[in-house]
Amino acid sequence: MNDVQSHCSPSMSSIFWSLVRRDMRLAWSQGGATFLALGFFLIAVSLFPFGVGPEPSTLARIAPGVLWVVALLAAILSLDRLYQADFEDGSLDDICLSPIGLTGVVTAKVLAHWLSTTMPIAVIAPALALMMNLPEGGYSILFASMMIGTPALSLIGSFGAALTVAVRRGGVLLFLIVLPLYIPTLIFGVGAVDAAVQMLNPVPHLSLLAATSLIAAIVGIAASVGAVKLALE
Amino acid sequence: MDSTQNHGISGLSADSLSCRRGGRLVFEGLSFQTSAHSFTAIKGRNGAGKSTFLRLLAGFLPPVDGSVNVDEDCNQRSLEPTDFLLSGHLNGLKPAFTLRQNMDFLCKSMTGSPPDNDCLLEAAEHFGLAELLTEKVQYFSSGQRHRSALMRFALIDRAIWLMDEPTVGLDSENRAALSQLIAQKIANGGIVLAASHDPIEVDGAILNLDDFAPKTPADEFWS
Repeated sequence: MNDVQSHCSPSMSSIFWSLVRRDMRLAWSQGGATFLALGFFLIAVSLFPFGVGPEPSTLARIAPGVLWVVALLAAILSLDRLYQADFEDGSLDDICLSPIGLTGVVTAKVLAHWLSTTMPIAVIAPALALMMNLPEGGYSILFASMMIGTPALSLIGSFGAALTVAVRRGGVLLFLIVLPLYIPTLIFGVGAVDAAVQMLNPVPHLSLLAATSLIAAIVGIAASVGAVKLALE
Repeated sequence: MDSTQNHGISGLSADSLSCRRGGRLVFEGLSFQTSAHSFTAIKGRNGAGKSTFLRLLAGFLPPVDGSVNVDEDCNQRSLEPTDFLLSGHLNGLKPAFTLRQNMDFLCKSMTGSPPDNDCLLEAAEHFGLAELLTEKVQYFSSGQRHRSALMRFALIDRAIWLMDEPTVGLDSENRAALSQLIAQKIANGGIVLAASHDPIEVDGAILNLDDFAPKTPADEFWS
């Protein structure tokens, strides 16, 4: 058969990137998470002008908070299929036996989730901020804070998704587990945009946001690996 | 599907394995030994732990007691994921992808490179799936899905095959194709373990899990 393949050790990075590509392709394909999350983000944010009234100053005041809160919810909405879809059709077994190991698999899946779902939320956030009448100084910092903060959403979310993978209708449980863990990201993310809008220095908030993401990177991956291991038993 | 070498693995052995699921001891004191060029049929009543045994070998669940080892170049070491290939009850196919895409992704995640096109065609033909390669798996029948899942054994080269119910949903023709694939693997020095209620037309040893049913009374059932 493929003698070349078996006798030289498989290239870890090509396996890793093929897993990332696979998950991104699944996220974009029919029933994928990307459109769901983006659609939810778009619709939920556009409800606020209807709900609180089109008063520009009111909208401007609540814009950073609304955008960040809805971004969190949109991210969670896409999470419940992160491991569950693979668990149900048995492909989680297969990819967990891949030579890159569980840590590699989880990292690839989280990276793919960020690239395919939570990063696009960060990308369209400034457009929706326009609708929320965000003051001029806030746009670049909103984008920056979302780019820095969204990895934490995927990382922490991955842990929740892995914990609830074997739970039937675990979606609500996932919300309960993950939302409290998103609070630091929310506080520093909104804080940065608010600071920018009020002409203050947003860098301390962004630094703390980055710290949150970095901690999530270490704890989230390790905890996800443990939870996936548990699910496979 | 030619010249599969045995990767230097000359045997697989388990030493007094015990396994617990949900507080219940599934089997205990399970010891067995196989060597290269051998087929082992795993038998046992429903619930005897056939699937559990295979998942335990695959390292998905830890044994309560005992160990699993492979003999490689006269040394014993524990079984690594790159030593074996497992097929389970679930087929691990993505309905949104075509069969070719599914196999591409499977091979890439296992070896880092996509399957050789001739090899893929040959494997698909072996299980009568050649004309379905570009079809989405979503439209497959359950038998076709199962055969698609079995294609991995023809595509990825690993020393040990762990097959859980490989004959489910297969007609006689495809069952023969499966037996032929197993026979070829054994001839090339592979080790094949298959848990199945149906007879597979390959000569080999039988490992009956009923022999290792826990002797201690089930006092801790669901404890």
